[in-house]
Amino acid sequence: MSRLTIEASTPLCLLQDAGRFGVRHLGVTQGGAADWRSMAWANWLLGNGLNLPVIEITLGGFTVVAEEDCLLALAGADLGARIDGEVLAPWRSFKLRKGQTLQFTQPLLGARAYLAAPGGFSAPQVLGSSATVVREELGGLDGRGVPLAKGATLSYQGETLLVREVPAQHRPDLRLDTPLDLVLGAQIGEFSGQSLFDVFNSPWTLDSRADRMGIRLLGTALQYQGRPMISEGIPLGAVQVPPDGQPIVLLNDRQTIGGYPRLGALTPLALARLAQCLPGTQVRLKPVVQEVAHREQVEYLQRFIDR
Amino acid sequence: MNPRVEVVALDCLMLRLFDEIAEANMPWMLAASERLRAAFGAHLIDLVPSYTTLMVHYDLTALNPNQARELIAEALIDLSPNARTGGQCHVLPVWYDLSVGPELSLLSRRSGLAVEEVIRRHSAREYQVFALGFAPGFAFMGLVEEVLAAPRLNTPRKKVAAGSVGIAERQTAAYPVVSPGGWNLIGRTPARLFDRNREGYSLMQPGDTVRFEAVSHAEFINLGGDDTPLEALA
Repeated sequence: MSRLTIEASTPLCLLQDAGRFGVRHLGVTQGGAADWRSMAWANWLLGNGLNLPVIEITLGGFTVVAEEDCLLALAGADLGARIDGEVLAPWRSFKLRKGQTLQFTQPLLGARAYLAAPGGFSAPQVLGSSATVVREELGGLDGRGVPLAKGATLSYQGETLLVREVPAQHRPDLRLDTPLDLVLGAQIGEFSGQSLFDVFNSPWTLDSRADRMGIRLLGTALQYQGRPMISEGIPLGAVQVPPDGQPIVLLNDRQTIGGYPRLGALTPLALARLAQCLPGTQVRLKPVVQEVAHREQVEYLQRFIDR
Repeated sequence: MNPRVEVVALDCLMLRLFDEIAEANMPWMLAASERLRAAFGAHLIDLVPSYTTLMVHYDLTALNPNQARELIAEALIDLSPNARTGGQCHVLPVWYDLSVGPELSLLSRRSGLAVEEVIRRHSAREYQVFALGFAPGFAFMGLVEEVLAAPRLNTPRKKVAAGSVGIAERQTAAYPVVSPGGWNLIGRTPARLFDRNREGYSLMQPGDTVRFEAVSHAEFINLGGDDTPLEALA
């Protein structure tokens, strides 16, 4: 077993995995890494299962010291990571020697970094997952949904000798500003014609009111003309439009059911990119049909297997 | 019933069975849930029931959208309502008191009924669990008598005590854990509504029925209830 001690943390530094499944009919949210793609690459670097528990570090402010020689992996945002002051770029596995300090300072590119360990970081499974959901008091190191805190110990059981990088052609480009793909939903036709034009032809600015439940998009107010809805299940990435007309993209910690009309849902790849955007970022939306989005996702997942 | 399948996400389809909330929906909803669970088997990631819909989240690596639609269509062939719903009937003890249920007086004023009569009527009916949501184990139940219906508070409370029993429109519910909330509070139950160590985790499951039973302060405490007044939580 290898251990690391947390020297600094914030409420936005959380143990996460792919999320909690099979219990949503009980009102239990999904949780899990907001950028599933970076989590998967971090695990891939060490030869792990892609969904093993990782540390999600949002915006920085996280520091650990190695209690033994460790081999770890980093993917996702560049949060100005340094090992004893030396710059550490993401998308690679690396050695952290006993006594060395790994520090995440501030966002240089992207918003969320993922730190993985061989065999995954140790944490109890609560309702089938270690994903930390603070609001529901589920998951995390103690199983009670507590964010990672100064003084806590991270540990892992696995071993690997894999020191490698994510191949350049597979490394997600977090600077990319192509539109985010939106799978059109059932209520799309109930918005006004002008609104349907505006959704896909005007820019949307990420509001600072953003967390793991959802991100509000600011722009032209959209107008829903259909009947009021009865609450129904909400998928990951659903883009709902409350009466003020400003869409909200619902993320991993969203409530399980809700009654606002929806434009549809972002694809997993669009969500992975959105999770790396800071407040104030401008994004655009692009319609995509379900079958095409499905094919693209299946093709993308193939990359983790082909390597 | 007029079942329709709608796209909601890359790997989710919505099965819409009804257009209105009604207690008579439940036997159909339960029958359809059972069929869908059987049809999708290991490829089902989550099935999220609500009042009139069932959201199917399936494994996108195993099924494409067309295959998922076919499975849903097959599951609905010759669907008939579950005569015996299979749901459990729960009796939830409630200490109805102004210190833990301050809107008892509001509901009494709105309805023109005495507080005792509000309590009697709330605890006289057997309610259906329509859906769980908002928080783990939070069951939306109904329907309460029209005369007891009241809109949510204009300003939700920042903290509602665990076990708080409330009314919103014609629905009633109990808060499993301390949380913010805008329902009209009328009492508190000592029942543990969500327990990670219990089989099935949630006391109430979709399709169950619930009756509230008024208990005295002494019984409430005996059953493990916490009588901290609402104001003391703020």
